Amino acid sequence: MSPIAVNTAASLGTNAAANLSAPVRIAVKNLNFYYGDARALKDINLDFHDRQVTALIGPSGCGKSTLLRTFNRIYSLYPEQRATGEILLDGRNVLSNGIDVNELRARVGMVFQKPTPFPMSIYDNIAFGIRLYEKLPKSELDDRIEESLRKAALWDEVKDKLRQSGMGLSGGQQQRLCIARTVAQRPEVILFDEPTSALDPISTGKIEELIEQLRAEFTIVIVTHNMQQAARISQFTAFMYLGEVVEFGETTKIFMNPNKKQTQDYITGRFG
Amino acid sequence: MDATSPAHLNASVTWGRVRRSRHVADKALKVICTLFTVLGACVLGWILLMLLFEGFSALSVNVFTQVTPGPGTQGGGIANAIVGSLILTFLGITVATPIGVLAGTYLAEYGRGSKLAEVVRFLNDILLSAPSILIGLFVYTLMVQPMGGYSGWAGGVALAIIATPVIVRTTEDMLRIVPGSLREAGAALGAPMSKVITNVTWRAARAGMVTGTLLAMARIAGETAPLLFTALNNNFWFRPDLMGGVSNLPVMIYQFALAPYQNWRELAWAGALLITLAILALSIVARLLLKKDTAR
Amino acid sequence: MVALAQDIVTTHLDTVRRSPKPTFDRLFRLASYASALLVLLVLAGIIGSMIWGGLPAFQQFGFGFITSSVWDVNNDQYGAWVAIVGTLSSAFIALVIGVPVSLGIAIFLTQLCPAWLKRPVATTIELLAAVPSIIYGMWGLFVFAPLFASYVQIPTSQLVEGLPVFGTILYARVPSGVGVLTAGIILAIMIIPFVASITRDIFDQIPTILRESAYGIGCTTWEVVRHVLMPQAGVSIIGAVMLGLGRALGETMAVTFVIGNANRLSASIFDPGSTIASRIANEFNEAIGLQLNALMALGCILFLVTFTVLVVARLLIARVQNH
Repeated sequence: MSPIAVNTAASLGTNAAANLSAPVRIAVKNLNFYYGDARALKDINLDFHDRQVTALIGPSGCGKSTLLRTFNRIYSLYPEQRATGEILLDGRNVLSNGIDVNELRARVGMVFQKPTPFPMSIYDNIAFGIRLYEKLPKSELDDRIEESLRKAALWDEVKDKLRQSGMGLSGGQQQRLCIARTVAQRPEVILFDEPTSALDPISTGKIEELIEQLRAEFTIVIVTHNMQQAARISQFTAFMYLGEVVEFGETTKIFMNPNKKQTQDYITGRFG
Repeated sequence: MDATSPAHLNASVTWGRVRRSRHVADKALKVICTLFTVLGACVLGWILLMLLFEGFSALSVNVFTQVTPGPGTQGGGIANAIVGSLILTFLGITVATPIGVLAGTYLAEYGRGSKLAEVVRFLNDILLSAPSILIGLFVYTLMVQPMGGYSGWAGGVALAIIATPVIVRTTEDMLRIVPGSLREAGAALGAPMSKVITNVTWRAARAGMVTGTLLAMARIAGETAPLLFTALNNNFWFRPDLMGGVSNLPVMIYQFALAPYQNWRELAWAGALLITLAILALSIVARLLLKKDTAR
Repeated sequence: MVALAQDIVTTHLDTVRRSPKPTFDRLFRLASYASALLVLLVLAGIIGSMIWGGLPAFQQFGFGFITSSVWDVNNDQYGAWVAIVGTLSSAFIALVIGVPVSLGIAIFLTQLCPAWLKRPVATTIELLAAVPSIIYGMWGLFVFAPLFASYVQIPTSQLVEGLPVFGTILYARVPSGVGVLTAGIILAIMIIPFVASITRDIFDQIPTILRESAYGIGCTTWEVVRHVLMPQAGVSIIGAVMLGLGRALGETMAVTFVIGNANRLSASIFDPGSTIASRIANEFNEAIGLQLNALMALGCILFLVTFTVLVVARLLIARVQNH
């Protein structure tokens, strides 16, 4: 086995086992995505299981981020981007016209690659999302904010400076603030778009631990270009290439014994 | 390889190949450009000195407490003109800011890429440089004629028309600087576009937008032409309903500076000094605010 | 095989979400849209009111309104020619003097200025732009004009007296310091900050790599300016100049102070004249009837000329920015 494969295999050891009988939260059926006239995703069919971490891996430009961004319809902000097919979230098609896109986004949260704290206090950063959809009395709001910060492993570091600006935190802390912000809305699914690629190794480790803990409550889909990361924290992995899903399965199987040669080549570092 | 002997070093290339004429042209350019810049600075200094010299000697407590004197009356002050200018500027900015900010928001957020936005942006830039006297004529036709007389309202509206394009421009420019990732983060929480704009984007562009308002204020505080036919000027305190004209510094200066009365001319200088200082102060504060924010 | 999640009770089904009413969102969007449209409406309103107000005068005098140099209030005979000539000539003088100086300042700021001096100089230029028009008028009338009369008008008049061409253009019958040339000079000073700023921005947008490669082959500063910067900036400099022209055409208060406000056409630039803006400023408040319409008609002409100049200017500047 190549050195990369050895490394990845070693990472697998830290991983929790996949639960195949977990129900499907998101079912993608015949999804096609277009940037203008150019087709970026081709006939995607994929299932995402309840409270499991599914990783999307693949070389640059394979469409993994594009796929992620269809789940919360964040692409709808841009008129020249459109999707056809079905994405069923608990049975309801997210791409249909009758869906309230804003409420969808509160149920399917997203953490971006670049930490984006709002220009407000730490408290308000988190309260902003909560206040959009719930009317909580002050004490409950305080509790919810504390709960979210604890879940994001940030509470101890900021509990005395909740009124300070969120932009004064370090990069890793800012990203955890963004995670707390998302968690505070109590979504069903959390999408992570390369959440650690802009961070230092120590912060990366903390966030990976965090994702492991969040798995108990939320269904998680993570896009990552770091294969070891995928091996470390995911139960299911989908390997994508040129807008198609080449192979999907349990992470252990994908990394130890993939079906397709392309997958094998990518894992062992032959390309991408 | 061994180092070459020194004899090879002064081979065929000699210094001083450059034609003298190139040097002369270059020198001339540098001198002229520097001279022009110094000239510009000198003019500014000269104007400020003139104002300080003439205006300072005319300053007294009376200037701030007494009303403008009638023809032939001794003494007097410009208190009504000062307050009038404050009121008119305030009116103008109050009307211009919401319209300007919302229009700028449309150009930067909702209208991105739309043809209408392109047209509005283009015409807004035209309005920005339009002769202010024509705006005065427009408001005269729009408000003074129908209302039957000069009024502070007409003056305020005229100033608002001048201030709005400034605010539209700065708002749009500042909003464009806000990174798209911040907007996406807001939208990803399920916030509708209006909430993303008001709670996130505006907040991020806050300092720049305030600067725009300050600059607009500096611009309209000194405008004379549009007030000539709208608020005009008088020698009394303004009426609470602002009808019948509102005294203001620029028109007062215009009328008093060319008058045959000594005290009128002195008051004109005092007014000129005050208004210039206020405008320069506003401009400097606005730039400082912007610099402080971009440095963050 | 796999149960759909509707059968599963998760911890989050107890989250009651009430969607915010969409009315605020719709109203906000509508308000933004309406505000943008308002800008268009105002511009349309300005031109509309000018035409409306000036129509009686155009109808009365026809095309002759533009070419006639009669301005007789008592007999209700009006012609725009004197004002038009004054506007164009003072603006022309302003450009002739102002553009080279603006370019010089822009070159200084971008090529010659040491870093520590840049901020103060740039601020000085910005402050010059902030000084109100009426203050320039006062400086022009009370400080500049007397000096101009003594040191320029009188000596020049003595010099050119009797000469064929210059004897008329540069001869001051009454050397008071005010006149078309004085107005042109004051206008020049007023447009310099604008043209200089825009030109400086244009120069700054030229990629440094172009300048550095020119310096790298041994060009002097003058050659870099002449052969690299100016051609690159090209059309947008013309646009900047036209913006300055647009300003000069519409400037009112400063000109009113120093142009002398004469209703007669004179061949000498030392003599007083009037511009459209100064004519309107002087006479509007006391004008009634046809005189009022004539002044509005003047405003109409000014608007059309300025509008055309500004549109062409913006198009020229935009064209280079898009490259």
